[in-house]
Amino acid sequence: MAVDPLIELRNVNKYYGELHVLRDIDLTVGKGEVVVVIGPSGSGKSTLCRTVNRLETIQSGTITLDGQPLPAEGRALARLRAEVGMVFQSFNLFAHRTVLQNVSLAQVKVRGRGRDEADRRSRELLDRVGLLNQAGKYPAQLSGGQQQRVAIARALAMEPKAMLFDEPTSALDPEMINEVLEVMRQLARDGMTMIVVTHEMGFARASANRVVFMADGRIVEDRSPDAFFTNPRSERAKDFLSKILKH
Amino acid sequence: MKVLTDNFPTYAEGFLGTLELTVYASLLALALGFVMASFRVAPVGSLRVFGTVWVTVLRNTPLTLLFFAVLLGLPRFGLVLPFEVFAVLALGCYTSAFICEALCSGINTVPRGQGEAARSLGMTFGQTLSLVVLPQAFRSVIPPVGSTLIALAKNSAIAGAFSVTELLGTYKTLSELGYNIVWTFVWIAVGYLIITLAISALFHLLERRFGVAR
Repeated sequence: MAVDPLIELRNVNKYYGELHVLRDIDLTVGKGEVVVVIGPSGSGKSTLCRTVNRLETIQSGTITLDGQPLPAEGRALARLRAEVGMVFQSFNLFAHRTVLQNVSLAQVKVRGRGRDEADRRSRELLDRVGLLNQAGKYPAQLSGGQQQRVAIARALAMEPKAMLFDEPTSALDPEMINEVLEVMRQLARDGMTMIVVTHEMGFARASANRVVFMADGRIVEDRSPDAFFTNPRSERAKDFLSKILKH
Repeated sequence: MKVLTDNFPTYAEGFLGTLELTVYASLLALALGFVMASFRVAPVGSLRVFGTVWVTVLRNTPLTLLFFAVLLGLPRFGLVLPFEVFAVLALGCYTSAFICEALCSGINTVPRGQGEAARSLGMTFGQTLSLVVLPQAFRSVIPPVGSTLIALAKNSAIAGAFSVTELLGTYKTLSELGYNIVWTFVWIAVGYLIITLAISALFHLLERRFGVAR
């Protein structure tokens, strides 16, 4: 499937002091591909996700986005980040802005759209995630699931080339997980390039093109979801799957 | 009461002097404190160092010493300005260190994720700070900044020792004229109260308007 690589990580290493959190990571994500990253906590999967838009710096290796190496700091990096949407575990909606303003803010300030055009587009996106009627509320007035859907709309408003999801459903009540996953499934069907760090095995099975299994900072397996879930090769993955699938 | 009515022009002059010092030095302190707080959280190392040195030096220097340094030191380097301006400089710079620390602690109360979300949307450092982090930090720094400015109003009394016209200094004139020293000071205290209570009221209003909703 890796026809046209959009995100490429080569020999990426990262340390937190002594701790080697990413070890020689090689990962290519093609245009339109959905890659789900799973693994035990502390395996480096969130860190991996955050290195792609340089919220985490790396000590060695290269990361390229659509052929361009990731710039170090400053405006060039900001421009590149605008091309990669990110959805966080803790939503991170701007607490002092309404839902509509949350979605419009970066369109106006980063993309340079007019206020009216940005608001119109924001309303379309809020409608798409089923929250148009909440546009005037503040984030604290919404449920977790609603906040996360707004966060997805906010990221989509920048018309990103790829989307990063860092455990988007881990902070949600079980009831609300599905409404967020439904939005993500729809995005995957629409052909968005996605890296999704998650514990939702159902989503991985149904929507992923590839499953990347990480443990101790390494990529242990990188295969199709069917092959991975029915017949994991490594002991580490077998052990992990046996723990999470039987509870 | 007679002390006040007999010498109203003297009191008024002193009161206005203190008010002027307070307003100008407050504006300078807020502007500088804002800049220094931005420096202290900037991604550029040298700016962070500059901010830290600024705060460390000014916050740990006795204000009187700072007044001596500015009023007597700067003219030696050829910088000659009216004493009022020097006093505003000394007061403003000194207080900016405290304002900076209040702002920094406010910035630290804003969850990390807010800045990360802004950056992930492609905002620059300046946009992240001005559009997302500072507006939220602002709410929690209203009370400490208010206290700092009240302290500034009272610290302005030191300028009187450097022949700047201000409220406390009026006691010299009045005691030379033979007025009761206790009543002289009572009316001076009332003058300071008017200014500090006004600052309190202003910040109380700001907090009501912008404070953190709970």
